[in-house]
Amino acid sequence: MDAQTTVFLLFILMLSVFLGIELISRVPSQLHTPLMSGSNAISGITIVGAVLSLSSGNETVTAILGTAAVAAATVNVVGGYLVTDRMLAMFRKKDQGKG
Amino acid sequence: MISPFLIDMAYIVAAVLFVFGLKMLSKADTARRGNQISALGMLIALVATLLYGGLDYTYILAGLVIGGGVGLIGAKTVAMTGMPEMVALFNGTGGVASLLVGWAEFHQSSTDIAAGTLTAFSSFTLFSIFLASVIGGLTFTGSVVAWGKLSGKLPGRPLLFPGQQIFNVLLLAGVLAAGIAFSLVGDAADPLMMAKYDLYLVIVVIGLILGVLAVIGIGGADMPVVIALLNSYSGLAACATGFIIVNKVLIVSGALVGASGLILTGIMCKAMNRSLANVLFSGFGSTSSGAGKKNEGEARVITAEDAYLVLEAAGSVVFVPGYGMAVAQAQHAVRELGDMLEENGCEVKYAIHPVAGRMPGHMNVLLAEANVPYEQLVEPDDVNPIIETVDVCMVIGANDVVNPAAREDEDSPIYGMPIIDADLARTTFVLKRSLGAGYAGIGNPLFFRDNTRMLLGDAKDSVSTLVAEFKQD
Repeated sequence: MDAQTTVFLLFILMLSVFLGIELISRVPSQLHTPLMSGSNAISGITIVGAVLSLSSGNETVTAILGTAAVAAATVNVVGGYLVTDRMLAMFRKKDQGKG
Repeated sequence: MISPFLIDMAYIVAAVLFVFGLKMLSKADTARRGNQISALGMLIALVATLLYGGLDYTYILAGLVIGGGVGLIGAKTVAMTGMPEMVALFNGTGGVASLLVGWAEFHQSSTDIAAGTLTAFSSFTLFSIFLASVIGGLTFTGSVVAWGKLSGKLPGRPLLFPGQQIFNVLLLAGVLAAGIAFSLVGDAADPLMMAKYDLYLVIVVIGLILGVLAVIGIGGADMPVVIALLNSYSGLAACATGFIIVNKVLIVSGALVGASGLILTGIMCKAMNRSLANVLFSGFGSTSSGAGKKNEGEARVITAEDAYLVLEAAGSVVFVPGYGMAVAQAQHAVRELGDMLEENGCEVKYAIHPVAGRMPGHMNVLLAEANVPYEQLVEPDDVNPIIETVDVCMVIGANDVVNPAAREDEDSPIYGMPIIDADLARTTFVLKRSLGAGYAGIGNPLFFRDNTRMLLGDAKDSVSTLVAEFKQD
């Protein structure tokens, strides 16, 4: 990788970190659990890297590692989003009634 | 096969959806929609990636089906009380995915270099492989240990051996040195190629050991902080993976998660008045006796029938739930009691400490499950200024977060931690199984105050008895 790409990627990293801090800094404590499981699901973005590691014609060992990576990342994505949705479906206002 | 430009465009859309999703997740009204938007972003990123072409779709499908099935079953079957364990495990799978991607990339590149189809690694790529593997690995084992502690499969108290901290520091220094050596580029035809692979395996093993050692020495009561921190690490590992394969959407999303996890970690530490270093390295709670003053006096026990008479006359009641409520599965009974009290003309609130339960916001989720509207859920800062006007404060399975020693006893290990001042209410009922110490192993003088009455027994049974008393009228 050339130096210019490296700098470019680090720049993206720096901006994203600041964005992440800004986005989350004022979250009320009542939403901490769903926020944590929801952001956890986003970290399942590794699924993109896992899929890309499975180019056809790769070594068998690579394919096994890649498949395991896809499976693990998918657990993270599917489980994370579903469990967050399940929790948030329960948060309701008073005027929305009970049940 | 679709042009890489369009795929990159799709990644930008996905990143925008993640940002909006996270933003909306931080407000109760929009949180659910925010999560769905974030999931849509993930779907777009995945579909775009599948369009790259030249991929081995059999393996990909196998991975997606296996992982999707496990994730689906886990998410649908977990009880709300078991949520901390579930989130810990999901953190772990995110971490191990990064480790595996790093390994797969390293293995394939090594093979390609040996076959002459790839010229050489760059130091930057190697260092990224190192970071993804170590952070991913320690997130994985750390999460498994955290899960073990939360689910009671491992002892909750810190497990320490002599010289553990020095050993951890040496291990960390060692793995960093190994990482730098690993990142130095060897020639393509270098006979040391094999040695580099060996070095990589050593790095992976050290990373896995580090995760175990880092979490095993932390007490069960500090697990909320640990889960938040591991959440952050799983994002950082994804970020490092993005640097390996030069993929911007991984870097952006990983950094977002890494930053948000760090913010949550900071909030947790603040709620306990402890520094992160103190949480990670002090072995807090390893001595069961604990420092601090001896508890004096005698606890006054009250029966459910007498408690009912007090509650019936009360004009305002504040519930303070803790992990004991989750263990007893008492949240539905508590909400029912809250409804009864409201019908009786009483003002009802639920005061929730940021670190009540085994993970941040855990009590809010449980009470939401029991249909408590979120306007009734208040934070310590909302309730402490008016606590002296509250007729009855009902502490249900909480202990350390209402311990007045944090305010009064400078020798107490939790001195300075912000608490809910339950002891200042006119009357305080403490629902508790027995008169023992809390999860952190610290005695609680609240139990011996003049205005405190202990309602001993299973929290769910006690609350149900109170509900039955109300129904008799």
